[in-house]
Amino acid sequence: MSSEATTGAVASERPHRPHDGWRKWAEIAFFVTPALALMALFVAWPIITAARFSLYDWKGLGPLDDFVGFENYAEVLADDVFRDAVAHNMIIVVGSIIVQLPLGVAIALLLNRKMAGQGVLRTLIFVPYVLAEVIAGVIWFQLLQPEYGLVDALMNGIGLSPPEQGWLGTPEVALWVVLAVLTWKYLGLAVLLFLAGLQGVSEELYEAAQLDGASWWQTQWRISIPLLGPTIRTWCFLSMIGSIQCFDMIWVLTGGGPADATTTMATYLIDEGTNRHNYGIAGAASVVLFAIAFVMALVYQLVVLRRDTKEAAV
Amino acid sequence: MSRKTQALAALCAGLMIAATGCGGSGDSGGDDKTITWWHNSNNDPGKGYYEQVAKDFEKANPGIDVKVQAFAHEDMLTKLDAAFQSGDVPDVYMERGGGELADHVEAGLTRDLSEDSKDIIDQIGGSAAGWQVDGKTYALPFSMGVVGFWYNTELFEKAGITAPPTTMQELYAAFDKLDKAGITPVSLGAGDGWPAAHYWYYTALRACSQDVLESAVADLDFSDPCFVQAGETVDEIVAKEPFNKGFLSTPSQTGPTSASGLLATGKVAMELAGHWEPGVMQGITEDKQGLGEKTGWFPFPAVDGGAGDPTAQLGGGDAWAVSEAAPDKAVDLVNYLLSDEVQKGFAENDMGLPTIPAAGSSVKDPALADLLKVRDESPFVQLYFDTAFGESIGGAMNDEIALQFAGKATPEDVVTATQEAADKEK
Repeated sequence: MSSEATTGAVASERPHRPHDGWRKWAEIAFFVTPALALMALFVAWPIITAARFSLYDWKGLGPLDDFVGFENYAEVLADDVFRDAVAHNMIIVVGSIIVQLPLGVAIALLLNRKMAGQGVLRTLIFVPYVLAEVIAGVIWFQLLQPEYGLVDALMNGIGLSPPEQGWLGTPEVALWVVLAVLTWKYLGLAVLLFLAGLQGVSEELYEAAQLDGASWWQTQWRISIPLLGPTIRTWCFLSMIGSIQCFDMIWVLTGGGPADATTTMATYLIDEGTNRHNYGIAGAASVVLFAIAFVMALVYQLVVLRRDTKEAAV
Repeated sequence: MSRKTQALAALCAGLMIAATGCGGSGDSGGDDKTITWWHNSNNDPGKGYYEQVAKDFEKANPGIDVKVQAFAHEDMLTKLDAAFQSGDVPDVYMERGGGELADHVEAGLTRDLSEDSKDIIDQIGGSAAGWQVDGKTYALPFSMGVVGFWYNTELFEKAGITAPPTTMQELYAAFDKLDKAGITPVSLGAGDGWPAAHYWYYTALRACSQDVLESAVADLDFSDPCFVQAGETVDEIVAKEPFNKGFLSTPSQTGPTSASGLLATGKVAMELAGHWEPGVMQGITEDKQGLGEKTGWFPFPAVDGGAGDPTAQLGGGDAWAVSEAAPDKAVDLVNYLLSDEVQKGFAENDMGLPTIPAAGSSVKDPALADLLKVRDESPFVQLYFDTAFGESIGGAMNDEIALQFAGKATPEDVVTATQEAADKEK
């Protein structure tokens, strides 16, 4: 901080010192308080409230007086629908990374080459990400309508038979369809981040490789991808957090159905809390969701991202 | 940059204060002269009609000020939920009855109208049962419909069905005839849960006696074998595969490919739905006519071997309730809303199905008039089970029934899941 230099200049005037410290704190407080207050009101307080609700049997009316301890947690953890929801979340976490990572890297490498229509291609890939999630969801919902939707019509047109109950109505395929739509939606972000990462790779390295007679493939495999590491690790983190909280797209496409085949922890919360007024159960489920997300984020930070943050700090 | 953030933060803080300020606006003001009234007739003619009703009431009661607030239905439910949680309830508001009302009564939010509205309750008769808790009436139903099959008369004719089915065998025969004519027999919005559940409710109504149903609602006891029998009939219906493709994810009422949309656009021959169906279909079709002249209605058929009354109907409606903290004049307003005069106007403006007998003849739509006749001739109208049991049990029940339609649950599973949810409430 430059403050050391400035305080050094006025250090001879002793009485000013504590005053300066006070001023600095006042300044910090002045700028930080509004943000902190918002954070406390809209983030910290709801978390505390949810944790409090989770210990009571409460239907949303009257006083919070039926204390049940950890009964709600036991109920949530024993509920098949919630367990399935956690499994669905994990499938989305893993599925998103497995599909989007190679696809995103490949597209980013391709788009990083100089070619005609580069700008248009980049925009096309990125458009789904910019689209509001609910709007994208409604569009896909219409496209995937059984019998009357475009996807079914196209498939019938070329002689393929779509699932009898429709893409979103067949419990065995619904989750995979949702995953495909999520991939379409979020691939743009991966490509954008990877492209940005590639811009950071020094041109000299490519030149050196070229002089050594490396092929395009070798250059990508030995230089671009390894140097993309930090970007990939950060992207994985973002993707993971997004997948754990996955709600909007599923709510619009399937509402968690058919036959609970696409529930996630977030849709479970809404169903129990907002729809059924089981606020204690919803509170317990939200605390479990928070804990899972928190632990995953922490482990990832400690194990995977440590290298990157260390490098950045040095 | 930081100044901008600062300004933004200040703005947010300001908004927050404004928002908390708004939170108190549902207050009745605490005086005896102002009555707040929330309703969901957000479009004309209903909206204008209720404004006129409020003015007429003010004229007849000098010094009283009725503050009417019209909401879109979903908005009103959200606002009411918030109002109940804060305990700051409007003086006159809508109740759907059943478990939800019982919760409000238990929390001391809703006023007992048994004495003050005795005449009207007598006129309404059995329909008021859904709004009674421990023998006391807490709200006055002003519109009450029953669920039945809405059908396309033209498609029925095309398939050679001469008379609407009255037994399950006739219904299955109708499915076959429609199938042979290349017409999808039934649309079902199982994506929303409750439309599928209505089949189970009806088969339960046919399988179980009134006593069994009453004690199920009162004691939350589903041990009678008739509830499993109900699920078996549902299995039988599902096995006939009469539904539109993709019915498991079909929404009930939104857009042309919803269950109502498919019926309105002539893609299917019938749908099991409530009295709201013509209105919903009109909203979906471009010419705002729905099925128009081709709209037909028949009640849910009789089921062989059931202990239930074949003419009992499943239904529900909306009722006016008065909050515990409301001024006494609010009760007068509610009684006025259920007067012959206002109920007639209500029917003439196509706002619903009046509950006061004198207003029955004011319903003009022929299909709705049929429905009204069936409602009035039925020995009792069973309130939708999910409403009767409340959201918690009802939600679990509907979910399990939806699973049964997907072939993922047995009739026994439905009863078990419902009983489990009910046991948590005891």
